[in-house]
Amino acid sequence: MRNLQAGLKSPADLELMRKRLKEARGRRENYLAVCGDTGCTVWGSNTIKDSLQDCLKRKGFLEKVDIKFTGCLGLCESGPVIIVFPQEIFYQKVKEADIEEIIDKTVLKGEVVERLLYEDPTSGQKYIYASDIPFYKNQVRVLLGNNWINDPNSIEDYIAIDGYKALGRALTEMSPAEVVEEIKISHLRGRGGAGFPTGRKWEECYKASSDHKYIICNADEGDPGAFMDRSLLEGNPHAVLEGLIIGGYAVGASEGIIYIRAEYPTAVDKLSLAINNAEKLGLLGENIMGSGFNFYVSISIGAGAFVCGETSALVSSIEGKVGEPRQKPPHLVERGLWNKPTVVNNVETLANVPYIILNGAGEFCRTGTKESRGTKIFSLVGKVNNTGLVEVPLGITLREIIFEIGGGIKDGGKFKAVQTGGPSGGCLPEMFLDSPVDFEELKAAGSMMGSGGMIVMDEETCMIDVARYFLRFLKDESCGKCFSCREGISRMLEIADSIARGTGSLEELELLKELGSAVKDSSMCGLGQSSANPVLSTIRYFEDEYKDHILENKCPAGVCRELISFDIDSVFCNTCGACIKNCPASAVCEDKEGQPVIIQEACSKCGTCLETCKHGAVLKR
Amino acid sequence: MQDLKGDLSVLDKPVAGNNGVSLISAMHDIQEKYSYLPEEVLRELAAETDTPLIEIYRIATFYKHFSLTPKGKHRIVSCTGTACHVRGIEVVNTEVSRLLGVEPGSTTADGKYSLETVNCLGACALAPLVVIDGEYYGNMTASRIRKIIRKHDKKTEKTACSCSSSAK
Ligand SMILES: Cc1cc2nc3c(=O)[nH]c(=O)nc-3n(C[C@H](O)[C@H](O)[C@H](O)COP(=O)(O)O)c2cc1C
Ligand code: FES
Repeated sequence: MRNLQAGLKSPADLELMRKRLKEARGRRENYLAVCGDTGCTVWGSNTIKDSLQDCLKRKGFLEKVDIKFTGCLGLCESGPVIIVFPQEIFYQKVKEADIEEIIDKTVLKGEVVERLLYEDPTSGQKYIYASDIPFYKNQVRVLLGNNWINDPNSIEDYIAIDGYKALGRALTEMSPAEVVEEIKISHLRGRGGAGFPTGRKWEECYKASSDHKYIICNADEGDPGAFMDRSLLEGNPHAVLEGLIIGGYAVGASEGIIYIRAEYPTAVDKLSLAINNAEKLGLLGENIMGSGFNFYVSISIGAGAFVCGETSALVSSIEGKVGEPRQKPPHLVERGLWNKPTVVNNVETLANVPYIILNGAGEFCRTGTKESRGTKIFSLVGKVNNTGLVEVPLGITLREIIFEIGGGIKDGGKFKAVQTGGPSGGCLPEMFLDSPVDFEELKAAGSMMGSGGMIVMDEETCMIDVARYFLRFLKDESCGKCFSCREGISRMLEIADSIARGTGSLEELELLKELGSAVKDSSMCGLGQSSANPVLSTIRYFEDEYKDHILENKCPAGVCRELISFDIDSVFCNTCGACIKNCPASAVCEDKEGQPVIIQEACSKCGTCLETCKHGAVLKR
Repeated sequence: MQDLKGDLSVLDKPVAGNNGVSLISAMHDIQEKYSYLPEEVLRELAAETDTPLIEIYRIATFYKHFSLTPKGKHRIVSCTGTACHVRGIEVVNTEVSRLLGVEPGSTTADGKYSLETVNCLGACALAPLVVIDGEYYGNMTASRIRKIIRKHDKKTEKTACSCSSSAK
């Protein structure tokens, strides 16, 4: 395209390009969206995409039907996922052997292949169209919706769906102060965890006087069990980039930096390509679209440290140093990267910005609650049927997310708790299922919104084990600067370990609570201040389970190794010998009557016997 | 033995927002090249950037991504994120350690396998997750991982494999 070389000289140029792209698109409305996100590629969506291409080529339809290798389509559990457009027919768990039929029947004739349809795990009902499936029907996919129609590697695709229009508008029709004001009116709050009002943060930086300012996109996503930011960056990198450029314009920064964790190489590749393409089109760099605004973006790669998600540690890491948080104030708008005024925003926060500028703060405010506006993306994982990525209006209840969208608990289990907020959050029991999900409610319940990890737990999850898990995580990730955080977390872990082994006492449980609040009160950064949340919330809501471990030496969930044992029930056992054959520790032997028995001393408690026994004869207690 | 001297082209890349050199990005490049951070190269980096060696050592040990010892020929990375944890990665890890006779974070004596853990691979819907030489294996159990490793072992015995593709 001619424009690609020449660069866009004005928003009018961009509109012209968009018009042409839309026209070309209108002529080709038949296409297949194949999910290319990590989840589906693990299920083999790469091969599916290639086979679709081959098959179309063989049949001579390659010119008529597009294949888009898209970002996350949401329902990771059922991958590989394909959506056939224009009808939006949804196919799941697609195999290579299904390709020919999909093309012959669905693409060419509009008929449905029954067996590939999504079936509701509870009602057993089958759904043809994506938008009818409860998983999608109850979501509001403002940010993720574009993943269906967008090839993340194509800037043209993004422009065709009104991409960079908000940037054009901001640069030519609005002053930086007006952009800040619009974001303030939208009540957009940071999606990285703390929920700080973005407009206020931008205003402070806008007002700071300096010859040079920075805006940083925090893509460190350290919360284990969460992948919203990765999926946004891989599925729609230009939306984040556009938000970053608009933010840069608003606060008066000429340089943007995306700090991304090293564990996300694909996201780095897609972002680099997006930056390159935006530069080529003149949407990034010198004199963007003839507006006189210069803005440059670079990528900085992390090296695996959770604490680097904290803003002052992040800045120090970008400077090439050890990522230790420092005392605030001075805040980053006073002394940030290279001592210049700096603002840090999360990936999802920035992805919301183009939508707000384009549709107005009023439109954005229509979704959500009074204090928490807009939508939030959650990674819904753990013991839930429809694991995947969901985007919901704030204020929705946990029950709606877990039972309607998530399809309930896996394998017919019973809900026990949901963990939100990652290592800084807590576990909420059943009594909170009907509470609205917003920043204040979650905090009041002893957890927090966090960046969006939502881990569902059933009766087979031990709360002491979960508390211990997070303490171990935080012990490893504490930078060690504050004594209370460094030593406090280690001591808490010792106690949790001893309770999980059945050697804890009630006094120790009291000490655990006391230590928790001491570490909370006396640590400098967010890591230490919130480090006791997982422990304290589990004690608050599941104290009986702690007591079972302490007083009865029992782990009701059957998780804590030292407190469980495996046995074979001779009534159900038909002596097939599968357990003997499969036991990796050779801990199952036949007794004199030929009946398999488990030698407890040799048992490594891996559960293989339970897994392999077809007769339900292995008991865990 | 590779010649470890004289390759510091990595130092040409300026750091974001400044003209200086980011030690972290230089160390990323070094690790990419050698699969770990060899002492000789770090010494050279220290001299070249006028940084005390102790500071470089501090960075190398602070960040989990960096390794001061060589990695095995094949890398087994298991996710210890929350989603993987509640779906039972620990049982899987114990099994891998038992099979290979090494703890996570170390390499087998013959240098064939190194065992690593990572806090989250970002594919939590497929938990529990193990990555072997860049290939993802979802919904792991103790018995499945045993089969996969045995198969991998046989396969790599036949074809002298040189893969060191970096797992996520
Ligand atoms: C220990 C710790 C880890 C954090 N990790 C992240 C992270 O991975 N991603 C993120 O966006 N914010 C993270 N935060 C929150 C950031 O410090 C900061 O609040 C956020 O990036 C600001 O952007 P926002 O206002 O758009 O949310 C973390 C905070 C702490 C204390
Ligand atoms: S928790 Fe294992 S991939 Fe995220």
